[in-house]
Amino acid sequence: MKEKEPVNFTVLDLLSLELKEHNDLKLQCTAGRAGLSREISVPDLNRPGLALAGFYDSFAWERLQIFGRGESAYLHKIEEDGVAAQIYEKLFSYQIPCCIFTNGIRPTDLFVSNAEAVGCPVLITELNSMELSIRIIRILHDIFAPKMIMHGVLVEVFGIGILLTGESGVGKSETALSLIERGHRLVADDVVEIHCLNGSLLMGQGTNKVIGHHMEIRGLGIINVTHLFGVGAIRDKKQIQLVIQIEDWDPKKVYDRIGTDELTMEILGVKIPKLEIPVKPGRNLAIIIETAAMNERLKKMGYHSAREFNQNILRWLESESARTMFFSRDDY
Amino acid sequence: MVELETTIKNRAGIHARPSALIAQTAIKFASRIYLEKEGNQINAKSIMGIITLAASFGAKIKIIADGADEQEAVKAIAELFESGFNEELG
Repeated sequence: MKEKEPVNFTVLDLLSLELKEHNDLKLQCTAGRAGLSREISVPDLNRPGLALAGFYDSFAWERLQIFGRGESAYLHKIEEDGVAAQIYEKLFSYQIPCCIFTNGIRPTDLFVSNAEAVGCPVLITELNSMELSIRIIRILHDIFAPKMIMHGVLVEVFGIGILLTGESGVGKSETALSLIERGHRLVADDVVEIHCLNGSLLMGQGTNKVIGHHMEIRGLGIINVTHLFGVGAIRDKKQIQLVIQIEDWDPKKVYDRIGTDELTMEILGVKIPKLEIPVKPGRNLAIIIETAAMNERLKKMGYHSAREFNQNILRWLESESARTMFFSRDDY
Repeated sequence: MVELETTIKNRAGIHARPSALIAQTAIKFASRIYLEKEGNQINAKSIMGIITLAASFGAKIKIIADGADEQEAVKAIAELFESGFNEELG
């Protein structure tokens, strides 16, 4: 388990993202292509109104600069007044990652030539400023989210994302195969990339589209799960809601026999419920995992079976002792 | 814990067969064994994990072993790299 180092994310990377429908940024680069390798170091936006007006204290130059209707109108005004040249010079003296013009408004030729001169990318989108801001912040926060890679198999069982962990050879992949055959889904085998979103949500996915959804089974080799079981047997990403540690049965170890132990595992600062399941020849792991998933669902709905069981017992013991007391009294 | 840096010497890089060789060798040892490339660490006993490293010809790999037989583990795996996995050298 090792945390991945922050990735170098450039403006070109932003343009190359494969985004669909409600995530699509509709960005196009109109100028400053030389600067597409500029790095986006913070997942934040800035409207450079104050800077354009001449106030550069606390100018957030490391952020993406958004030029909305207001900013574009101001640019036209300063060009008309003839003061634009030095304002552009001061603006572009900072290493801005890029300038994004919204509402499909094209920047002026003077702006573009100044941008080209320093190699600052100029992008245009037809989205309005608010929509663009919402989408970009969502996307950037996902990219800059703390990530790590874990060794294990991520499956989705009855809607619950379960991360199977354990030593190599203990049977994680074989158990996953059994679950797939029963109608559940494989998300990632062996190398699981985990992102922490909003500080509380763990999203797991495979690391590599090329080898994604392939599994290595001893004796069979590498199999393509999508081809063998169909597209309904796979999933690209899933929230991790339960960790199941599969281990060889250790006769000296005390396993949870009641179900109230509430073990957790901490991943990227988030505590995930953990179960330790011992393996022995003949034990059907798949059904145990299915039951664990259903139990987890029940807990989410508010029914904690093991606790309720104990409370019922306590109540029954109370009523039993009351009855025996009654029958043992000598007042006949 | 023992670490050793090595380079990929065979032309094709680490594709499925070399990955299987590394995993089969690694699993014989009790120690935890990792391969590291550019800061990414993966479990050397997992074939899929090694393939994900995308280690091509000339790439620098760090072999890390932690456990009772760490010395032998690192030596055995380093030997695999040195011999180019019995494939054509680059």
